Amino acid sequence: MCSLCGILGCDDHWSSALARDGVYSRNTDRLSRRREAAHRESVVNTILATRRMRMSDWHGRAYMLKTATGKSKVFDSLSHLWPEAEALSGTLFDPLDPLLLSRLQNKL
Amino acid sequence: MSTAATTINLLTGFLGSGKTTLLQRLLDYPDLSGTAVLINEFGEVGLDHHLLDRIDANVVLMKSGCLCCTVRGEVADALLNLHAMRARGAVPWFDRVVIETTGLADPYPVLSTIRAHPVLRSHFSAGNVVTTLDAVNGHGVLATRQDALRQIAAADTVVLTKTDLADTSAVRNLRAMVAAINPTASVLDAAAVDASVLLGIGSGAQSALGQLPTQDHFHHAADGQSVQSFSILTEQALDWTVFGVWLTMLLHRHGDKVLRVKGILNIAGSDRPVAVHGVQRMVHPPVHMSGWPDEDRRSRLVFIMQGLDPDLVRNSFEVFQGLSRPQAQVAVASSTRIEVAKLHQSQDNGLFE
Repeated sequence: MCSLCGILGCDDHWSSALARDGVYSRNTDRLSRRREAAHRESVVNTILATRRMRMSDWHGRAYMLKTATGKSKVFDSLSHLWPEAEALSGTLFDPLDPLLLSRLQNKL
Repeated sequence: MSTAATTINLLTGFLGSGKTTLLQRLLDYPDLSGTAVLINEFGEVGLDHHLLDRIDANVVLMKSGCLCCTVRGEVADALLNLHAMRARGAVPWFDRVVIETTGLADPYPVLSTIRAHPVLRSHFSAGNVVTTLDAVNGHGVLATRQDALRQIAAADTVVLTKTDLADTSAVRNLRAMVAAINPTASVLDAAAVDASVLLGIGSGAQSALGQLPTQDHFHHAADGQSVQSFSILTEQALDWTVFGVWLTMLLHRHGDKVLRVKGILNIAGSDRPVAVHGVQRMVHPPVHMSGWPDEDRRSRLVFIMQGLDPDLVRNSFEVFQGLSRPQAQVAVASSTRIEVAKLHQSQDNGLFE
């Protein structure tokens, strides 16, 4: 539980799992958790930028999505990232979409 | 009282494929002495729990119909009830639960419930999925029934039943058919099953992942929805973050077509491999393995899919890996972590007092 806000639980998405025996996680200590969060934000923003959107960390507890027109949404699990991004942008985020892949390649 | 998560094994298989018979046999094994059983039946009156009367103290029958439709509430309630009864001492201690699904159930909703439920995920973990397949009728069932195909695709182990009633050649063909649908599953004969092997008791992910296939397979289904398994192999150490974002995105958009994903990954910055394992939209917590199963250090990822072009998936994987942090930076990050660890150790040893 967060001692400041009293929120129970936390994000335990498989790609950012809570550190525990036998489970691979980058959340082993404070520094690696912050480093991993920053890298994830960078990767996600590269993809979101193809739709002029951004994701940012929200108090280390949740995430905030913003569109270029100022619409925003706070969500608390990485599981919700792509559904929320699609709902906010009104477009699909399909990793098999040739247009998206071509835009990502052009960014490299 | 143990605080370890209780393993849940799913026993599934099409109608009449011998699930209850297999369960009865398994429960005779001493390894399964501390096992509770949940049975879900399709129909007005449940019968299967009567077949298991020897253990009726720990059998819970979920009465209302198909597991696909009712699973989220009912399985969760049944498991929470079992958990509460165990904590109160109202039932003997158990450290494993076997859920026998209806013959028409897709295993995914059950696995998803265990993983997603805020209470269940802290107390239970998903173990092996065992699917029974009738050697006499299996060909016809797999050729015509989508639900049977999904049960085979989700399986860690497929148990062929009634093999004594089928021709040797028919059994051999059926094994080939299962291998074409799910090359990652082991196929056992019901006459020779061992409970500990079947349910993965005492074995880690390493043994199961050592034999991931590297060749593509193709299975035609009657309704044109062919099932295809294919592998992605790469020598490049993967960026875990990019891989996580990519797979999450792929499963979000195409999870209904990705029946299964299983892999062993060489992750940049990690000296040991990581095993990933998912069914449709659900991915289990990644397993940090103790070592590589063989000399091959390539990342191997096997997909079992329906209606998706493997080349598109491969291409997408490669483009996304292009977003990876440069290897040098990963190495710097790792060495920084080591330096920080050394610094903390020095502080602990009083060097900075």
